[in-house]
Amino acid sequence: MQPKTYSIFGGHGSKSGIERAAEIIFTICGFFAVLAVASISLYMLISGTPALFKVGILDILFGTTWMPDAATPGFGILYVILTSIVGTALAILIGVPIGVMTAVFLAEVAPPGLTRLVRPAVELLAGIPSVIYGLLGILVLNPLMYKLELKIFAGSTTHQFTGGANLISAVLVLALMILPTVINISETALRSVPQHLRSASLALGGTQIQTIFHVVIPAAKSGIITAVVLGTGRAIGEAMAISLVSGSSVNIPLPFNSVRFLTTAIVSEMSYSSGLHKQVLFTIGLVLFAFIMIINVSLNSLLKKGGAQHD
Amino acid sequence: MINQVVLPAQHGTSASGSIYNKKSRISDTILLVLIYLCASISILVLIGIMGYVFVRGIPAISLSFLTTVPSTIKGTFGIVGNIVNTLYIVVITLLIATPLGVGAAIYLNEYAKGGKIVRIIEFTTETLAGIPSIIFGLFGYVFFGITLGLGYSILTGALTLAIMVLPLITRTTQEALKTVPASYRSGALGIGATKWYMIRTILLPSAMPGILTGIILAIGRIVGESAALLFTAGSGYLLPKDFFGKIFESGGTLTIQLYLCMQKAKYSEAFGIAVVLLVIVLAINGLAKFLSHKFNTEVK
Repeated sequence: MQPKTYSIFGGHGSKSGIERAAEIIFTICGFFAVLAVASISLYMLISGTPALFKVGILDILFGTTWMPDAATPGFGILYVILTSIVGTALAILIGVPIGVMTAVFLAEVAPPGLTRLVRPAVELLAGIPSVIYGLLGILVLNPLMYKLELKIFAGSTTHQFTGGANLISAVLVLALMILPTVINISETALRSVPQHLRSASLALGGTQIQTIFHVVIPAAKSGIITAVVLGTGRAIGEAMAISLVSGSSVNIPLPFNSVRFLTTAIVSEMSYSSGLHKQVLFTIGLVLFAFIMIINVSLNSLLKKGGAQHD
Repeated sequence: MINQVVLPAQHGTSASGSIYNKKSRISDTILLVLIYLCASISILVLIGIMGYVFVRGIPAISLSFLTTVPSTIKGTFGIVGNIVNTLYIVVITLLIATPLGVGAAIYLNEYAKGGKIVRIIEFTTETLAGIPSIIFGLFGYVFFGITLGLGYSILTGALTLAIMVLPLITRTTQEALKTVPASYRSGALGIGATKWYMIRTILLPSAMPGILTGIILAIGRIVGESAALLFTAGSGYLLPKDFFGKIFESGGTLTIQLYLCMQKAKYSEAFGIAVVLLVIVLAINGLAKFLSHKFNTEVK
């Protein structure tokens, strides 16, 4: 009969132990993402940098001969980097206007019934595994491109025919793959524009289209930019869908050239590479990782700025 | 101070008459046509993809396709081994990622006091979500495969994917926890429940449909993943001989098998696998929709 057992403030020895344990466990879980990002960064650096020093930073990043298996191997990845930049930029140029217009359609123009039908379809588009896009790229786009190629380069003796596996095919696949991301995020942004802005514009005599393009889209600008940045991230990181569609040799990124992206170089050469070749592939991974980190940080500062505006 | 009224030079009535006559602007029409065009491109492409895959793939599907493993001696090609591998990877990945993701969400939502730490965790979670799967593949290959010595195995693949789906589960759980009314929390704490007791008996059950939606979305991500698995889980296609031993053996999922078929130009088999994948994706999408709908109506 100790008074302590009666107090509501005491006597929870075992319980408070459990409480402490729960808090500690959840805290560890919380920091797991930090740990994961730190160790991924660390391992990408550890495995990507040795080749940089063995081959020479300038020779790798600005070299243009990629002959990893030759007697005097060349490990220049300039064309690979350029291909990723050009390919992503073109995919954004094609995908973003279509995506934003579709978002405008869903958020502003379409009757609600149609929106209810189309939006799940767009979400489904996001869920389709990337290899399936690749499969369709090979069997649908590549033959089309080959026909086009035969027509355009009919008399050419210098052109290397690619069978349709070229930059354009890859760009089209990428543009298609970023559509769902762009549509979903832009639509959310357009819908979050306050109704009174629309009403004001309409009351001043603006037509629906004028309201959309002069009021709603500018007001949703930060959300749409977020969509573009996320789309860029998705396009530059996509590997499996374009690995067989884009061809198999390293070339200057011209529309009808067979090209290799940062991602596809890793996917298609990793399995048979060894020694220095493998280390260079990790360097390519590191370059890709650097691009992604730049995109992430700019996205973060963008979101912060957008948040500050709303506050 | 300025009190002058600017009178319009011409008052009202122009030649067109009523203000109710809609003025049609050419640029408006063009833009509207563009909007409809872009929307129909998006929709037609989706229908085209689904239709093409089903038309080309359904003839490839047969009982033996679904129930055998590839064998040159018997001359069969089947995907049952890959289906089993996919199940292995889904289950193991979720066993690792779900507690971690849900725990992280509970920490962020219930324990963390805000400020810098939360900002750092949320930033890294966003970063993790933005890292492309091929980078996860490289990391898993070096860290789990080589440094930890797991080689090409289902476990390596599952550990890699667990990191990949972690942000997805964390974020959906966080959203679900945010929708639990604050009165539930204060009610439970007010009648003397400890924090962990409150989380266990009040928060988690009320947030369960939201958490389940996150898990189902994660399953979709795992089933569709290929780049992160190519260098981690490898491409084994045989049925497991020993239930637990399989975890340490190489096992290719459906997507990996599809990729390998593509490489070898075995397109009809590839389309068969694509149909199976699409059916799974459709089912998962439907299930997630159903659950989140149920959750939303319950909360309201």
